[in-house]
Amino acid sequence: MLLEMAAAAGGDRTAATSGGGTVTYRGFMAEAAAAAGRISASGAEYLVVCDESSPALVTALFGAAWAGVPYVPLNYRLTPSELVDLAARTRPALALVGDGDQAGLGSLDGIEAVELSELRADPGGGADPAEAGSWPMDPDAVAVLLYTSGTTGPPKSAVLRHRHLTSYILGATELMSAGPDEANLIAVPPYHIAGVAITLSQIYVGRRIVFMPRFDPDGWIDLVRSEEITHAMVVPTMLARIVDALDRRDETIDTLRSLAYGGGRAHPSVVEKALSLLPTTGFVNAYGLTETSATVSLLGPDDHRAAAASADPAARARLASAGRPIPAVEVSIRDGAGNEVAPGADGEVWVRGAQVAGEYLEGGARLDPDGWFATRDTGYIDADGYLYLLGRDDDIIIRGGENLSPGEIEDVLLGHDRVLDAAAVGAPSREWGEEVAAFVVASEPAPSEAELCELVRSRLRSSRVPARVVFTDELPYNETGKILRRVLRDRLADTDP
Amino acid sequence: MTREGAVELEEHNDESVEMRPGARYRCPACPTEVVVVKGDGRGRLTCGGAPMFDPAAGDEASSGPSPNDPDPETAVLLGKRYGDPDDAVEVLCTKAGSGPLVLDGEALSVKAPKPLPASD
Repeated sequence: MLLEMAAAAGGDRTAATSGGGTVTYRGFMAEAAAAAGRISASGAEYLVVCDESSPALVTALFGAAWAGVPYVPLNYRLTPSELVDLAARTRPALALVGDGDQAGLGSLDGIEAVELSELRADPGGGADPAEAGSWPMDPDAVAVLLYTSGTTGPPKSAVLRHRHLTSYILGATELMSAGPDEANLIAVPPYHIAGVAITLSQIYVGRRIVFMPRFDPDGWIDLVRSEEITHAMVVPTMLARIVDALDRRDETIDTLRSLAYGGGRAHPSVVEKALSLLPTTGFVNAYGLTETSATVSLLGPDDHRAAAASADPAARARLASAGRPIPAVEVSIRDGAGNEVAPGADGEVWVRGAQVAGEYLEGGARLDPDGWFATRDTGYIDADGYLYLLGRDDDIIIRGGENLSPGEIEDVLLGHDRVLDAAAVGAPSREWGEEVAAFVVASEPAPSEAELCELVRSRLRSSRVPARVVFTDELPYNETGKILRRVLRDRLADTDP
Repeated sequence: MTREGAVELEEHNDESVEMRPGARYRCPACPTEVVVVKGDGRGRLTCGGAPMFDPAAGDEASSGPSPNDPDPETAVLLGKRYGDPDDAVEVLCTKAGSGPLVLDGEALSVKAPKPLPASD
């Protein structure tokens, strides 16, 4: 439906560019029609995609919707055996593969592996979209299955139905509202909710898409210049690397109108530096989950500039906020019994709205009878309605019954000149249940453990002072910029004295 | 058919349709198509005076011909939302046509977009 409308309204405008080639909205419509014909003819009940981002994935995403089968993008960086395990969960399937199917998905029973050229080759002889008629979309049909990043436990598949994704797009955007000169650089992975949501939204608003399958900060800056990019979305680790590269190159970019970041916690010092290096860019911090069809709250450009310009530390602190809920979504902070807490008090973040799916293939819908979804994120809402996130429920360090936010401790450590990166996790303690262990990446000469502990003691209560500081070369992140705290906790267990 | 089914059929003989989010309706006299984005219950939704129908029900062949020169005052525009004054019902135009859209005797008017900053 969304592409159909974009093709009717945008027609011959350029929808995506890649390596010198271009595809129009009408072109994607014809390709999606062909792909839908190919999928239906194969008898597949899923379209599995194991390839890096390119315009082909737009064809695949809409072709699967048209054929009425779920689109199942896999993380092509996984090992062949992991990919085979995941692909085996959704059969019979047609699998769109790059690299000549190195994982061997096509050798599985019930999976037919095809390259892009085959997906576009409709056995019906190339369906004319005009003749293919109206898009028979069932709002309750499953649109996308996304394997959640699995920072804890085995990956679960989150179910997003057409009504969830369509509600998100219609709630946040307007058809063909982008100017003809606008372009969006998509550098987030295609198997993550951000990659799916951004593809849908950019097609619908009519903003030309440029894909960057493999991110590196200098390449990103160069592409923004050469492709005259006006809009982009990155995860916090990418933002930090872009800021470093701009600083090193002593450059700015004045054509970038909007830079959104989300998918994890961005350190306020990185955001402040980004604001000063890109003075004409509007910054947007978006908070959302796979289970909520992406964004549920956002901190907009004006909020960013007002916070950065303020001399008041309390006002500046708003740079660390996830902003206010979008109009289509309600956010409520609840205690362990599910009761709403007072403004300013910590609790679990609950969300409700037409885009909130909260459903897994393995466990069904997790919405309560009133439609609320408990995110497992901890946070609070201030008196002005701004949401602040403290961490995942699973990440909160519980020391002697006191809940400690890892982010708060990390922010203090990162304030040290020679601390490049930091992560706080709970270490088992006979006395306290858990104590704070800090993993620190430092530049030479590295600060001493005592110096870092004193820094935390001077800023926070003594319960936050690390019992152990582990110096390390780098911290483990997943592709979307989330620190893999489970890996760090495992490492602690391995090195336990 | 059960007795209950018969009663339901009778009640809905007034050409009313379900106004639930996701439901799609087509005009029999012009190309207009809409999808309900907000609402509940049932209503008599008309376009240019003709009751709109569910294309998935398959009881009507196709929409009418394109109008040569739709009246700009009543035309239904692609991608625009139309709602009632109480803000209880909203439909999105997925195919443009001549209109006007009327729900239970009350004209639906175009609603101003409320775009958010691009978060993706």
